Amino acid sequence: MSELRVFNLPDVGEGLTEAEILRWHVRPGDAVAVNDMVVEIETAKASVELPCPYAGTVAELHVVEGAIVPVGSPIITIETAALPAVGGGERQAVLVGYGVRADVPVARRARRPADGVAGSNREGASTGRSRAKPLVRKLARDLGVDLAAISASGPNGEVTREDVLSASGGSAVAVAAPAPAHTPTPTTAPATVAGERIPVRGVQRAMADAMVQSAFTAPHVTEWVDVDMARAMEVLAKLREHPSSADVRISPMILVAAALVRAAVEQPIINSTWVDAPDGAHVVLHRDVNLGIAADTPRGLLVPCIKGASALGVVDLARAVQDLIDTARAGRATPADLTGGTITLTNIGVFGIDGGTPILNPGQTAILAMGRILDRPWVVDGHVVVRPVMQLSLSFDHRVIDGASGSRALRSVADFLADPALALVVEAVDR
Amino acid sequence: MSDGSRVASAVQLLSPEGERVPHGRYEITLRDSELRELYRDMVLVRRLDTEATALQRQGELGLWASSLGQEAAQVGSARCLRPTDFAFPTYRDHGVTWSRGVQPLEILAMFRGVTNGGWDPIERGCAIYTIVIGNQALHAAGYAMGVHLDGSDDAVIAYFGDGATDEGDVNEAFVFGSVFNAPVVFFCQNNQWAISQPRERRNPGLIHERAAGFGFPGVLVDGNDILAVMAVTREALERARSGGGPTLVEAYTYRMAAHTTSDDPTRYRHAEELEIWRLRDPIERLKVFLARQGIADRHYFDQIDHEANELAVFVRDGVRAMVEPSAGSMFDHVYAESHPLLDEQRRRLRDYEASFVEELSP
Repeated sequence: MSELRVFNLPDVGEGLTEAEILRWHVRPGDAVAVNDMVVEIETAKASVELPCPYAGTVAELHVVEGAIVPVGSPIITIETAALPAVGGGERQAVLVGYGVRADVPVARRARRPADGVAGSNREGASTGRSRAKPLVRKLARDLGVDLAAISASGPNGEVTREDVLSASGGSAVAVAAPAPAHTPTPTTAPATVAGERIPVRGVQRAMADAMVQSAFTAPHVTEWVDVDMARAMEVLAKLREHPSSADVRISPMILVAAALVRAAVEQPIINSTWVDAPDGAHVVLHRDVNLGIAADTPRGLLVPCIKGASALGVVDLARAVQDLIDTARAGRATPADLTGGTITLTNIGVFGIDGGTPILNPGQTAILAMGRILDRPWVVDGHVVVRPVMQLSLSFDHRVIDGASGSRALRSVADFLADPALALVVEAVDR
Repeated sequence: MSDGSRVASAVQLLSPEGERVPHGRYEITLRDSELRELYRDMVLVRRLDTEATALQRQGELGLWASSLGQEAAQVGSARCLRPTDFAFPTYRDHGVTWSRGVQPLEILAMFRGVTNGGWDPIERGCAIYTIVIGNQALHAAGYAMGVHLDGSDDAVIAYFGDGATDEGDVNEAFVFGSVFNAPVVFFCQNNQWAISQPRERRNPGLIHERAAGFGFPGVLVDGNDILAVMAVTREALERARSGGGPTLVEAYTYRMAAHTTSDDPTRYRHAEELEIWRLRDPIERLKVFLARQGIADRHYFDQIDHEANELAVFVRDGVRAMVEPSAGSMFDHVYAESHPLLDEQRRRLRDYEASFVEELSP
């Protein structure tokens, strides 16, 4: 007689609440013996392998690799050949932090109605004192919330911090512990309301860390300019018809990228890094322009980078960008692809957005955001005409780049796009 | 002093290759049956330990502190004790409790959280596990002072790790043991790691040499050599019984597993270190010795392995079947006799428990 036995994720480290499934060592249909290592998990404390508690055949893996699951969740089901006779039948594991099986009702005892408190199953009810931890009591006092009036969601009828916050109706941010004024601690709002919980990890975690680091170390300034893209679109049309670009898609972003690379060569200060060294802070002007292109991938925002972009013509640049973004979207970007950028271009126009205040990538001093290209009224020679217009937003590190240099750089990009042919001619003449 | 020269200066009677080596000062002669029993003890303790680790990983135990690699130091020293002697173990000394006759399920019960102790210390001649680092050294020194006052020739042994020697409790125990000439053996298992802190970062000197400062002898012994451990411990116990006072034994060994199941040693130590110590394994060297001397054969080893697997199944089933204690049992061992305040608390708990009207079974 066979039986399905479910193995729930245990608390392997004294009070853990969740773990990430790193790698399964078995697949459905595989035979397993007791204590065979079936899965590798990572908790906040350690990476460990879990030995299988049952012998039999793997019937189902409930969780995919990379998923973060709460302690107590079913992770694997084993079809056992025969139920081992354990004295007294199987006992439900109910250790601290170890969830009971999700598919069975949890043993629960109802409290006999106490004086005047009908049907309450909360321990505190009979004494008139709500159960809550001291910090939660203080929070309730600070917010003027009556603990006794709150419905408790915590274990054993305990009033939780979240209960107090939702009862107060106030936002979590408003009551979060104040950070010292001089430390720009990104105050985190406690998860106050019920809702989907999305774990922050991997690429997203890396992005969050990078953005926090950058936003709180480099003082940013952002400038905007609108550009008439009519001539740029004409050049683009011609380029697309040219045989050299037969195998590659040339988008407006390529022209913006070319313009930015050009500006970085003209104004090396926007292609630089601020360095805090023991012998004093200094700025490194990079010899090469390594252009990072922010790409929206299924794994989150990635910024693969094109090394030596200033040496590439427009078509070659288009080819490099296409390869890089394809690689990143496929999840095959190597660490080398993702590091070493000296300046960044982000295309927010693809989301139907005009402008914004992009945050610098750590180690860089400038980032350009291009908006959507939209037909707008534009004044040409005293007449209102319809022109394809795009907004550019340039954020730069004001420790390194003063307003004049930043403005010149943004103007240079805008001028190129306003008349690419003229810019190329002028460039040729200058050389 | 390098690790190699430390090992070389330690008392050793059995080399890592299983060769019997002579030692001018310490010797031991054991019957073949005793040698086989020591092997059996170590294999079974190791199997108990690996099964407990697996049970923790399956959510059946809240925590487990592995004794892997320290079997010779624990079994060897504890097997030198007489039934009326008394041992004070740490939470890692499963080889000690095993050798004192504590039952496997009694050892695991506390780690499942169904008991505050697990066994009767008087019955087993062995205190319950002390979680507080080094604290039991004081208990041992005090107990030994009592034995001394009783005029008994029993001896006491205090177990602790290298990390504990940095704590006040252990040093205070040394002082009391020495000043009162207490019949106590301070048995330090230097397993090289205090959780994530290596020995070099804490006490670069030799632990056993500290004994001189307290006025009693210290001995460094190869803690993975069960024969040397027994020879050294026996002499220290005899010294204690005959009024010679304390001895500090430093058993040089290695914690092969994590500090506890909550720890991940791969984050702070190199795999090479583990490989070096694997070659010094206490069980392997005795096994080679037994086989080479014709004291045990393949059949015997297979039989012990089989017994070990049966022990694992017994422990696994037994742990799952453990009964949770009633809440009222928490009052049972606070005082030897009834106490009015506790009686009142017990009554209130009973009333509270009785206030539940229904119970839904799972």
